[in-house]
Amino acid sequence: MIAEAGLIALWLAAGLALLQLALGGIGLKAGRTDLLQAIRPVAVAQGGLVTLSFLLLIWLFLRSDMSVALVVKNSASVKPFLYKFAGTWGNHEGSMLLWVTVMGLAGAMIALFERNLKTATLVTTLAAQAFISLGFYAFLLISSNPFERMFPVPADGQGLNPLLQDPGLAFHPPTLYFGYVGLSVAFSFAVGAMITRDVGPAFARAMRPWVLGAWIFLTLGITAGSYWAYYELGWGGWWFWDPVENASLMPWLAATALLHSVTVLATRDGLRAWTVMLAVVAFSMSMIGTFLVRSGILTSVHAFAVDPERGSFILALLAIYIGGAMALFALRIGTVKEGSKFELVSREGALVANNLLLSAILGIVFIGTLYPLFVEAITDEKLSVGPPYFNLAAGPITLLLVAIMAAGPLLKWRRDNPKKLLNRLSIPILVTAAAVFLLVLLTTSMSVMSLLAMGLAAGIALASFAPLWKRNLRRTPMHVYGMVIAHFGIAVALVGMASESSFTEEKLVAAQPGTEIEINRWNLKFEAIEPLAGPNWTALEARISARYDGGETVEITPQNRMFASAQTQTSEAALLTRWNGQLYVVLGEGDSEGRWQIRTWWKPFVTLIWYGGILVALGGLLAVVGRLRRSRRQRLQREYAEVMV
Amino acid sequence: MKYFCLLLALMLSPPVFAQTGLPPAPLADRQLDDPVKEAAARNLMEELRCLKCQSQSIADSNAPMAGDMRSKVRERIAAGETPEQVRDWLVDRYGAWVTYDPPVSAITWPLWIAPVILLILAIWLARGRFRRKKDNE
Repeated sequence: MIAEAGLIALWLAAGLALLQLALGGIGLKAGRTDLLQAIRPVAVAQGGLVTLSFLLLIWLFLRSDMSVALVVKNSASVKPFLYKFAGTWGNHEGSMLLWVTVMGLAGAMIALFERNLKTATLVTTLAAQAFISLGFYAFLLISSNPFERMFPVPADGQGLNPLLQDPGLAFHPPTLYFGYVGLSVAFSFAVGAMITRDVGPAFARAMRPWVLGAWIFLTLGITAGSYWAYYELGWGGWWFWDPVENASLMPWLAATALLHSVTVLATRDGLRAWTVMLAVVAFSMSMIGTFLVRSGILTSVHAFAVDPERGSFILALLAIYIGGAMALFALRIGTVKEGSKFELVSREGALVANNLLLSAILGIVFIGTLYPLFVEAITDEKLSVGPPYFNLAAGPITLLLVAIMAAGPLLKWRRDNPKKLLNRLSIPILVTAAAVFLLVLLTTSMSVMSLLAMGLAAGIALASFAPLWKRNLRRTPMHVYGMVIAHFGIAVALVGMASESSFTEEKLVAAQPGTEIEINRWNLKFEAIEPLAGPNWTALEARISARYDGGETVEITPQNRMFASAQTQTSEAALLTRWNGQLYVVLGEGDSEGRWQIRTWWKPFVTLIWYGGILVALGGLLAVVGRLRRSRRQRLQREYAEVMV
Repeated sequence: MKYFCLLLALMLSPPVFAQTGLPPAPLADRQLDDPVKEAAARNLMEELRCLKCQSQSIADSNAPMAGDMRSKVRERIAAGETPEQVRDWLVDRYGAWVTYDPPVSAITWPLWIAPVILLILAIWLARGRFRRKKDNE
């Protein structure tokens, strides 16, 4: 009965989404305020019902209800609780239901909490939100019903892909989806403002928390995904410019640009058309990301089901949404005034540069990701576009972008003096030059790009704190701290990236018990190899004692796991983190003479990559909290003033 | 001696790639003694696609074929070939699909000029904005 209840809740939610769209459309056309007022409760109910449906699916997974096809295909009764729970979205249908659930919750939140927008804009926003959801409801109900029953009922399920059986699964997909959906909300706001011709600072301030929120989740989702790939795949790679990674990076790049331009619109009433355009692009990118990952056009651990029918369905949705958004933009953008003007050397000027460079990087990633698919479709020739292309094409622009990032916050709005700017930046520039000089002098293995990245990072790390210089630290608004920390986080991540790609040391050894391995200042001793059994796997585990620089001995245990249900093997790397880097040890295959392949890496400062990502997200969090508190305070003051009058 | 036999077997059977049942290729997971050559081989391996995997380089794959390819790469680099020669040899055998660094060709040129065009477009957009402001004043 649970499955049927879930399906009914899903149908009802879809019906309410249709009602939400109709109420908005008819209400605005006919000017009926009673209809407009009904839209808030409908949006809340829709959010509630779709959430109920999702919770019921989770329950089915937790109960291991083997009469439901989705559970059979993606779960098994002997599986740790966490993976039964997170396995709900470790498959195509479940992840689409998660998408639409987050979407419904976001709609309910707008309906409950948004108080600053004009009614007409709010209603149009909720209607646009319902329109997007309807496509996903149709997709779920017509071609991907998660609640489908299976007959006859099998004794047990087929289990979850072993690569996904990791705590990362509980965290990485939902955070990315929150990000994607947040961008769809920003898009709905843009549609609402375009239809009601209300593009201005008030609209920007209403949209900003959603953009920031989406961006925080995307940042965390990408950071988590990167670390997950790093330790789970067993090769220590943290970014491979894989199409699936790019699919998550593109919305992030667009969201980063959007969050900077929305600030110009909110504070200076400039960049109106551009901000709306970016909102459209950011949403399109999250849709393209979903399409690339879900359609099966790319085969990877993410493409749960390769099914042409579903692929064409998502492609059709993509065409309708993006085509519709672009058409609306083209029709309405003529009526959007450009807003206030500014000079080249000004805060706005730096933000425009940020936007254009981010867009250029986005363009490169987009072309590099899709061009091979395009070529294969028309000529049957297969191409691979990977790290060498992206690093060369996007690397220099990225370095230019981060250099501007150091200068931007030190500029005044509207117009500034270039000489004064140079003055303010003199110390960071000196630090950068000194760092590059020292690195050239002391190291041998660095590429030009890593060298510049490391040098710039040193300067930026310093410059990112410059906006706090000579300020009263207690009265500095929270969002300024947010910016400082986010920019500092970029510098931190850059150091990690440059260090990992320049200074990683590798040792591959065919070891017998007793063999010692020296890498960097580590001494590893292969003690023994032992069998081991987990809840749904068996493993071979190597016992290795590790000593750093003659210090204390630590035991590490890399494993090779065999999953019975899927007949696959995963390697569980052993990681030892020190302040200056990470030791990464993997157990490989054994040979007939009792030797085991052991791969070891010493990766100096690699952890800074993810600490940087976390700092960036933390900066975003401070900004959003600061902004929300401020707007609440302002609203209270306004209401108070009205009462007094 | 054993190592020599393996090498001999390898040389006598040209299409060794991806044949299961054979012992793993000798240099699949054995580093070259010369650190400079090993680094060159390592860099190249990171830019070659494992043809039997899903979006992995041969440096990052457990597949037997990736191991065989790693061994070939190390062997050729050790014999004194440059990484570019090894890459060209592999592209000849397997097509452009094998390298993550797309060779400039009639098909790939749009990829390589795209960044330049995007940058010019960005600068043009920016210039347009600022000039318009001055015209208005």
